[in-house]
Amino acid sequence: MSGNMNLTLKIWRQKNTKTKGTLVDYKVKDISPDMSFLEMFDVLNEDLITKGDDPIAFDHDCREGICGMCSMHINGRPHGPKDAITTCQLHMRSFSDGDTIVVEPWRANAFPIIKDLTVDRGAFDRIIGAGGFISVNTGNAQDGNTLPIAKHDADAAFAAAACIGCGACVAACKNASAMLFVSAKVNQLAHLPQGQPERMKRVKAMVAQMDKEGFGACTNTGACSAECPKEISLVNIAAMNRDYLKANLISLED
Amino acid sequence: MPINSNIPEGQLEDKWTKYKSTIPLVNPANKRSLEILVVGSGLAGAAAATSLAELGYKVKCFCFQDSPRRAHSIAAQGGINAAKNYQNDGDSVYRLFYDTIKGGDYRAREANVYRLAEISPNIIDQCVAQGVPFAREYGGMLSNRSFGGTQVQRTFYAAGQTGQQLLLGAYSALERQVGMGSVEMLSRHEMLEVVVIEGKARGIIARNLITGELERHFGHAVLLCSGGYGNVFYLSTNAMGSNATAIWKAHKKGAYFGNPCFTQIHPTCIPVSGDHQSKLTLMSESLRNDGRIWVPAKAGDTRNPIDIPEIERDYYLERRYPAFGNLVPRDVASRAAKERCDAGFGVGNSKMAVYLDFKFNMMRYGKVEATKQGLTNAQDSEILALGKEVVKEKYGNLFDMYQQITGENPYESPMRIYPAVHYTMGGLWVDYNLMTNVPGMYALGEANFSDHGANRLGASALMQGLADGYFVIPYTIGAYLSKEIATKAISTDHEAFVDAENAVKERLTKLLSINGNKTVDHFHKRLGKVMWDKCGMARNAEGLKEAIIEIQAIRADFWSHVRVPGASDELNPELEKAGRVADFIELGELMCMDALARNESCGGHFREESQTEEGEAKRDDENYSYVAAWEYNNMNWQMQKEDLKFDNIKIAQRSYK
Ligand SMILES: Cc1cc2nc3c(=O)[nH]c(=O)nc-3n(C[C@H](O)[C@H](O)[C@H](O)COP(=O)(O)OP(=O)(O)OC[C@H]3O[C@@H](n4cnc5c(N)ncnc54)[C@H](O)[C@@H]3O)c2cc1C
Ligand code: SF4
Ligand code: FES
Repeated sequence: MSGNMNLTLKIWRQKNTKTKGTLVDYKVKDISPDMSFLEMFDVLNEDLITKGDDPIAFDHDCREGICGMCSMHINGRPHGPKDAITTCQLHMRSFSDGDTIVVEPWRANAFPIIKDLTVDRGAFDRIIGAGGFISVNTGNAQDGNTLPIAKHDADAAFAAAACIGCGACVAACKNASAMLFVSAKVNQLAHLPQGQPERMKRVKAMVAQMDKEGFGACTNTGACSAECPKEISLVNIAAMNRDYLKANLISLED
Repeated sequence: MPINSNIPEGQLEDKWTKYKSTIPLVNPANKRSLEILVVGSGLAGAAAATSLAELGYKVKCFCFQDSPRRAHSIAAQGGINAAKNYQNDGDSVYRLFYDTIKGGDYRAREANVYRLAEISPNIIDQCVAQGVPFAREYGGMLSNRSFGGTQVQRTFYAAGQTGQQLLLGAYSALERQVGMGSVEMLSRHEMLEVVVIEGKARGIIARNLITGELERHFGHAVLLCSGGYGNVFYLSTNAMGSNATAIWKAHKKGAYFGNPCFTQIHPTCIPVSGDHQSKLTLMSESLRNDGRIWVPAKAGDTRNPIDIPEIERDYYLERRYPAFGNLVPRDVASRAAKERCDAGFGVGNSKMAVYLDFKFNMMRYGKVEATKQGLTNAQDSEILALGKEVVKEKYGNLFDMYQQITGENPYESPMRIYPAVHYTMGGLWVDYNLMTNVPGMYALGEANFSDHGANRLGASALMQGLADGYFVIPYTIGAYLSKEIATKAISTDHEAFVDAENAVKERLTKLLSINGNKTVDHFHKRLGKVMWDKCGMARNAEGLKEAIIEIQAIRADFWSHVRVPGASDELNPELEKAGRVADFIELGELMCMDALARNESCGGHFREESQTEEGEAKRDDENYSYVAAWEYNNMNWQMQKEDLKFDNIKIAQRSYK
């Protein structure tokens, strides 16, 4: 078909956590601009399997930008060249015939590589488990309308809650800091009346877990937010820093 | 084995309340020694695992993704129903119950559906308490929108990301239990077999997807919350990993499969763009609220849609169903789109699409905004711009998604949409306690067949998943576990565990050893095509008989020619896929058998032989008012019938005209 592309791919191959990896060249032909980036990978993998080669392992599930599972570092940018989308939402119409595309996994000490482009993001779950919740057991709730929440608060909480836990912020950061991810959850709950009772305890517990997982420090470069597919704002980090400071002052007073 | 739905005696309105307070309790000390395995971490699984752990049971929860937060519930867009009547528009528990039974075309159990409607308000309260940021009005109150198949506004939502917000609420609660050590979470684990000892479910075999190791897990009860099986059709709105394996293994170990052919085809999805297509993307039903569906009145009209004048458009849903218009239930809307496209009125390159147009409502919203802002002489273009902003706030993420996929701007010209497989009403047969016919084995959420009859109403799956997990199973599981307190944990050296593990090992070895010349996807696509063509939106006896033969041939070909690369002791996505596709092939055959046996049309199941003169689905209540519960016997099946009784609703031919 006209408009279809031939491309060169340089893809990170690594057998498992213990072995060393390397970039390997592949060619794909006749790629339609309407294909998604991951569908282009499907084409490549089908070809590798038919040839008796090992297909490339990569994480993906929903393929519509919401589960946060896909995670490719494409031509130096997490989730590729376009803003505000995930890898699975990237379409081949963003590339041109003859392009060379370099694809690597997320790089961070706290995200060990499992195989090829697949990494372990279990650290994020542990951070949430440390405090990213409201302690309310099933069956304890009052009527949802007894607690009016101003629309702008509900909207602000929602904007922070839109984080999909993909880890692109960590991959984008030269220090591999997880501040954007952590602050998004901290702020979602800080904007809501239900989140107040544990507000100070939460921010401390989550930051402590984040440090324990080996994420780097935040030096305010803003690369995280620029690469975030859900455009989670840097305002969240500033707000979390304020809460964190306050929480530590309070504990000094205790 | 005869089946018993175990519906409590008494008046419909009192059944649950009375039953709930008479179920035997398990004392806290005993709970600590009772172990429960939860397969799945979607709304149903996460809610169940959390609530049971809070009660004191020892819980293990499994999911195949890298985190429980990625279960496909995350992708639900439009909203969740609840009979709160916050809008004062005449809603009630009874009305939600009635709408659901009618929407399901009278093929669901009254008692279950009533309980669901009764519980629905508690779900919203629970989620709000967890910090789920539902949409709010300026006064701070919760906001509602309309969905198909109803005439009240009872749908709660968080922009077009309701499932995400609900799941993240449940996931946070789950991680809290994990953090406290009350739930052991096993991500990147896939359940590949159930262990049944002396007729009771006692454990599972799971594969650690990173190391490939097979693990044995004991449980006093096993809860399957593994989601729907729409991926039988290859293309669907499900996630790439959504599968039937967990429930299929359970089925082969004795659990009946209820109404396997009941599939929901959603009317508003982005159409297929080519052979490379790997999945389809939904455009939420809530869009039908604010959009109008049409095709050109003249067949083969290739003009740009914005150049086609009003009088040359056919708003066929409004024409055929004046009472419900664009808000008819999904099955009706899907068939109507197919009818227009088959008749040659379809649009786009493939001609297999219709328009979903927002211009009309953008103007309407724009006028309201202009009035609010005191712009008395606003131009049409200004009004439209204001209207676009309103629509953006409501559905921005969906419009962006559409633009990403198609490269077209839906704010400027109408969306092109077409029906796609979306949800499976069928699933493991369960009784009122959500227990399958295998004692100790439960099915929750989309994995069971229970509440939606032959067609699910929009925004009701999230409601059901959370109802099952938060508010039903914590009570009903007591009926079984209270009798199990004397059962000591069974050693996983028990021969039933050894045998189950060996069976899994053998199968994996077999898959890897065939080393044929066709990929797993090749077979999946072939299966999908047969299912879509012959067991899809319209079905007939002849086609279904052919499909069964074709699927059997695909199965034989698969087991002699599939190529699965790599080894079993490593991360091997192709091996995972191969196992799932092998199960889909078997399930596909059963779905066709079920569709063939049900010689009536009801809900999403449209048998061409059974239609009214106007082409509407024609039910046959005299002969088919039952749940088909299929019993497995070595690739043969026998049907048990659970008769449906309607004591509280007068059953009638469904009409949305
Ligand atoms: C695109 C889309 C939009 C939707 N929008 C709406 C909506 O607006 N409103 C509404 O009410 N409903 C909606 N639905 C339907 C609804 O989202 C689902 O029916 C519901 O979320 C299913 O929840 P669940 O917990 O049963 O399963 P899921 O959320 O699918 O979870 C399944 C879980 O099981 C695990 N699992 C599966 N197999 C195995 C195995 N073998 N071993 C281990 N783990 C396994 C998975 O890892 C996952 O954790 C939508 C569905 C889709 C696809
Ligand atoms: S903050 Fe953005 S980049 Fe980071 S995990 Fe969340 S969605 Fe991904
Ligand atoms: S695969 Fe789910 S966000 Fe990309």
